[in-house]
Amino acid sequence: MNSRELFIAFWTIVVKEVRRFTRIWPQTLLPPAITMTLYFIIFGNLIGSRIGEMGGFDYMEYIVPGLIMMSVITNSYGNVVSSFYGTKFQRHVEEMLVSPIPNWVILSGYVIGGVARGLGVGLIVTLLSLFFTDLQVHHLFVTVFTVLLTSILFSLGGFINAVFANSFDDISIVPTFVLTPLTYLGGVFYSIELLPDFWQGVSMLNPILYMVNTFRYGILGVSDISIVFAFGMLLCFIVALFSYSLFLLQKGKGIRA
Amino acid sequence: MTAALSIRNLSKTYDNGFEALKGISLEVEQGDFFALLGPNGAGKSTTLGIVSSLVNKSAGEVEVFGHSLDRDKAQAKMCLGVVPQEFNFNQFEKVADIVITQAGYYGIPQAVARERAEFYLKKLGLWDKRNQVSRMLSGGMKRRLMIARALVHEPRVLILDEPTAGVDIELRRSMWSFLREINAAGTTIILTTHYLEEAESLCRNIAIIDHGRIIQNTSVRALLQQLNTETFILDIDPPQQGVPALNGYPAKLDDDHTLVVEVEKNQGLSRLFRELAEQRIEVRSMRNKANRLEELFVSLVDKNLAGEATR
Repeated sequence: MNSRELFIAFWTIVVKEVRRFTRIWPQTLLPPAITMTLYFIIFGNLIGSRIGEMGGFDYMEYIVPGLIMMSVITNSYGNVVSSFYGTKFQRHVEEMLVSPIPNWVILSGYVIGGVARGLGVGLIVTLLSLFFTDLQVHHLFVTVFTVLLTSILFSLGGFINAVFANSFDDISIVPTFVLTPLTYLGGVFYSIELLPDFWQGVSMLNPILYMVNTFRYGILGVSDISIVFAFGMLLCFIVALFSYSLFLLQKGKGIRA
Repeated sequence: MTAALSIRNLSKTYDNGFEALKGISLEVEQGDFFALLGPNGAGKSTTLGIVSSLVNKSAGEVEVFGHSLDRDKAQAKMCLGVVPQEFNFNQFEKVADIVITQAGYYGIPQAVARERAEFYLKKLGLWDKRNQVSRMLSGGMKRRLMIARALVHEPRVLILDEPTAGVDIELRRSMWSFLREINAAGTTIILTTHYLEEAESLCRNIAIIDHGRIIQNTSVRALLQQLNTETFILDIDPPQQGVPALNGYPAKLDDDHTLVVEVEKNQGLSRLFRELAEQRIEVRSMRNKANRLEELFVSLVDKNLAGEATR
């Protein structure tokens, strides 16, 4: 396939993916909007007003970047894991396997589909947050780059989960038992400075802490960790997961007999 | 001339140790209408699965129009269109979107994809359903949708794995005529089927696979010439209490109106009718006991089964 044909094939997957999650918007776009609005009302307004300041900012201002990031992470991951598993389950993954599309194009198409939903939901949550706080972007490049890398990383994570999944239960295990706890413990609602030294050290092992803090730095200009280190770590994880996903596709894990 | 499909020493052993293919070799000429037959579990779908890149092979080589599936995969795949046995499209997508999306996977621009989707959906009687969600289609329509999808990139070889399974007779005939039409236009067709009448009616060449080995690979005509005896069922009048004496024709009565007669190829039917007429037995109608190819198929598979048992 020449580069034009490759782009058409890639774009076909992206359009198919975007069409999928917009077609079922009450399941994909509406729930995060409702959940995050409740977070803003309950944690930001009702409880936050009693907490006072966090990291030098009003509590609502402090949690907004974390909540935006949380919705980007869960939606990027959720989009790819459910879409690719559905493709396997209904066997229409075979449509791609019989075609001449290289594996890296298939993977990129699914990842960009996940990024599109992650960023779309991130945008919806950001717009909703404007009803509750005055959001100023401190570092536009850091903000955009962080959210983009994070959604790529979790789309890849969702893809790997889908490859290994053998049932619909398997696609909810990682989000429920790994992703959600790591997100909640990743400094969405608090600064790790509040924790004792030991737990601060443990928190540094949580990759989501770096993403939330880098994004918070982009918006508020404050962070618990080094931004350069966070970007380096994100890029390394992306390269590692992309390579592993390609290896799985090449091997036909879960999709070829 | 380069073969449309060339398979050499193809083997497949599944993870559970089951040896589905034991080094088969096969050539399908360009423009052929080729049938791959065999009982359930013989290795037909595994063979087609490997050719269409849905199953990983254990050993061997596959070439499509001279393009190796190992070394020149994209070109080989460009030449292939695949209609699988089971429905494998997105049940929530619209009919036209399924076909257009498939064209996109082959790098075909939207405008061309739309034109081709319209052409093939019209050709297969699905144009009226183009905006319908695919799960709402009937079984026959779903099968036709898979054919339209497989043809949208205009492949040189079309592989059909039991294309008419579960399809009513009228629709089966119309699919046959469509397949004949695209074959006449130059598309090589390879099909597997359990309806041996289908293979006999459509195909020029045939391979029979059993227990992972090719046990017969020849033309339909040559294969049928191997058939020495045919069984005919005669509806006779008046009713008979005992089997009429028919010199040289082994016969039995199924009931007092139904006479089953075995006729060897060199015997012909004229003498049989003469003998019945002499006994004042009238033949009201006559049919083959089974499809001719079916009789041969059963005998070949039985013979192979006996061979496997002694191997």
